Amino acid sequence: MSEHFILPRGDGPSLLAVDDLRVAFGEKQPVKGISFEINEGETLAIVGESGSGKSLTALSIMGLLPAGGTIAHGSIQFEGREITTLAPREARALRGGSIGMIFQEPMTCLNPVMTIGAQIIEALRQHQSLSRKAARARALELLDLVRIPDPHRRIDDFPYQLSGGMRQRVMIAVAVACSPRLLIADEPTTALDVTIQAQVLDLIDRLRRELSMAVLLITHDLGVVSQWADRVVVMYAGRKVEQARPDAMFGNPLHPYTRGLLNASPRLGDSYNYIDGPLYEIPGSISSLAGDRGCAFAPRCAHVRAGCRDAVPALATLSHGRQVACPVLLSEENRVTAVDL
Amino acid sequence: MTSVSRAARTAWRTGLHAVPTALGVVVLSFLLLQLAPGDAVDVLAGEAGSATAETMAEMRAHYGLDKPVGQRLVSYLADLAHGNLGFSPRYNMPVTQLIWDRLPGSLMLAGSALVLALIVGVALGVLMAAREGKATDRVLSVLSLIFYSVPAFWIGLMLIVLFSIKLGWLPSGGSQTIGSSATGIAAVLDQLRYMILPTVSLSLFYIAIYARLSRISMIEAKGQDYVRTARAKGLGETHILFRHVLRNALIPLTTVAGMHVGGMLGGSVVIETVYGWPGLGRLAYEAVMGRDFAVLLGILLFSSLLVIVANAVVDVLHGIIDPRVGGNDATK
Ligand SMILES: Nc1ncnc2c1ncn2[C@@H]1O[C@H](COP(=O)(O)OP(=O)(O)OP(=O)(O)O)[C@@H](O)[C@H]1O
Ligand SMILES: [Mg+2]
Repeated sequence: MSEHFILPRGDGPSLLAVDDLRVAFGEKQPVKGISFEINEGETLAIVGESGSGKSLTALSIMGLLPAGGTIAHGSIQFEGREITTLAPREARALRGGSIGMIFQEPMTCLNPVMTIGAQIIEALRQHQSLSRKAARARALELLDLVRIPDPHRRIDDFPYQLSGGMRQRVMIAVAVACSPRLLIADEPTTALDVTIQAQVLDLIDRLRRELSMAVLLITHDLGVVSQWADRVVVMYAGRKVEQARPDAMFGNPLHPYTRGLLNASPRLGDSYNYIDGPLYEIPGSISSLAGDRGCAFAPRCAHVRAGCRDAVPALATLSHGRQVACPVLLSEENRVTAVDL
Repeated sequence: MTSVSRAARTAWRTGLHAVPTALGVVVLSFLLLQLAPGDAVDVLAGEAGSATAETMAEMRAHYGLDKPVGQRLVSYLADLAHGNLGFSPRYNMPVTQLIWDRLPGSLMLAGSALVLALIVGVALGVLMAAREGKATDRVLSVLSLIFYSVPAFWIGLMLIVLFSIKLGWLPSGGSQTIGSSATGIAAVLDQLRYMILPTVSLSLFYIAIYARLSRISMIEAKGQDYVRTARAKGLGETHILFRHVLRNALIPLTTVAGMHVGGMLGGSVVIETVYGWPGLGRLAYEAVMGRDFAVLLGILLFSSLLVIVANAVVDVLHGIIDPRVGGNDATK
């Protein structure tokens, strides 16, 4: 078990509170009402398969929904302040200032015609009144902070001169340049080599501690969740279906979808060690099957009952902040032991 | 790599390429021109109307036109090696001097047209991209299509009709007020007035191309991941537009504009003729009509050198705008 589990975290004051967030593109509603909180200094992971609305949730917090997308309902409070209705100017102060974000594709997320130094300096000077010289000095510090070797030589490099892992480090430097309270990392390692993945996640975790920020970590790698998250939210078709501490979730998943996910790597639940295995496939896919009525997972669920297709199952709250949106499993298979885990 | 060393390398490479290219152009054009019926003496004699067969033979001997093709080519190349482009029977002047006289006019026209086309074209493209799908975008798209398809001489004539004849604001031709004694600023302003119409007519076609091209590449660049990153930094929209979107959108534009430099020098034949502008284009036209092949060869040689130089300049510019070009030091 890694050191990350020694200290219980995530019990600090609430930093971000998302309440019944719905994101719409015209008639389509890819995010159908999701709520969660992130406490100061904790790492909250969101997992779920492709298309479940993880990125849209993150982009809503940043105020960066793609064109055509709107927040149709719900609220997002950051440090006690509603941020969905901010004026553009205030929203910009938040982005890159109090909330930083890194994305999946380090290859395309940096501007190819600007030096990495210029891209960090630009973020710094947007939020802090620094002279050019001071900003450059600070950029060098940041490159050092994210463990870019030889920052003095690298600062004037262009992105194409760096490897994928190095670029992601630069992206992280950009995102934490102004010491944000919250870092959103949307699948930060999906595009990287396995060996680099752990380094980058380690870096994010170290920065979380050093800069005392919270991290919203989006991933579909359960190994990542077990190792780096304090709490995990499982999303399915735009809704939260389960929320738990990782050890509780791996020890006893309470939603059929979470079980399906865990079956993808059977030994994960026992040992917390991620082992590459053949991917177990839950039959069907989100897009083709998610109906509007009833539980979105019902068409693919092994435990489906007649009532499942009539109404969206409510999220039941158990002890230790654990939540699950499946009355069937809860009542039939899981007794008090599971709940207490 | 620094842009200085890249510029030096480009210059060296250009020099290496220029010599064989220019030689090829000269030899090929020389041979092709022999296929055209008639020579300068025919035309001169025809214009004079009183020439006899004897005087014509005398003139041919004088200008060396009576020798076999091979011999003439060799002696032309030998002269060329000493920087001598031959003598024009028609203008009674060394070709080199003729070209030097006309070169500034052409360069000024093509240069100002290119600059104007780039500035206006990019500005319109940015505007269209910002209003994508809206009325402004559509109207400008249709306009650019029109200016793309209408021939330059017609636009030239229409501009003369409107601005010179109807409104009387601008001169309809020439390059400066005849007999004007203006000096300094006044002389420059006087010249500028004469340049406006030819420049505008020559550039409209290119404005249309650049507007469409920059519209497309702006729209494409806007959707790139690094623009989202820029937003995630909290940067303002104007800053993002200029520092991130435009800079990347300009890359394809430099390539295309570079290829146009040669075309502009050539395309100005029509414009120079319409406006009576004293440039190389009109000289080339007159040389063809007068079968003045020495002049024509000189112009062809000069234009090919200009195109080579222009390409080299574009290469260097490209390297400055897009650091990935010519950089192969990813593993330093
Ligand atoms: N720009 C858009 N226009 C219309 N629909 C969109 C847009 N972006 C996302 N969606 C819809 O929202 C759904 C969820 O998208 P989102 O990017 O949040 O998924 P995700 O959970 O991040 O998936 P992945 O793991 O593939 O990144 C998509 O399946 C798609 O149908
Ligand atoms: Mg995503």
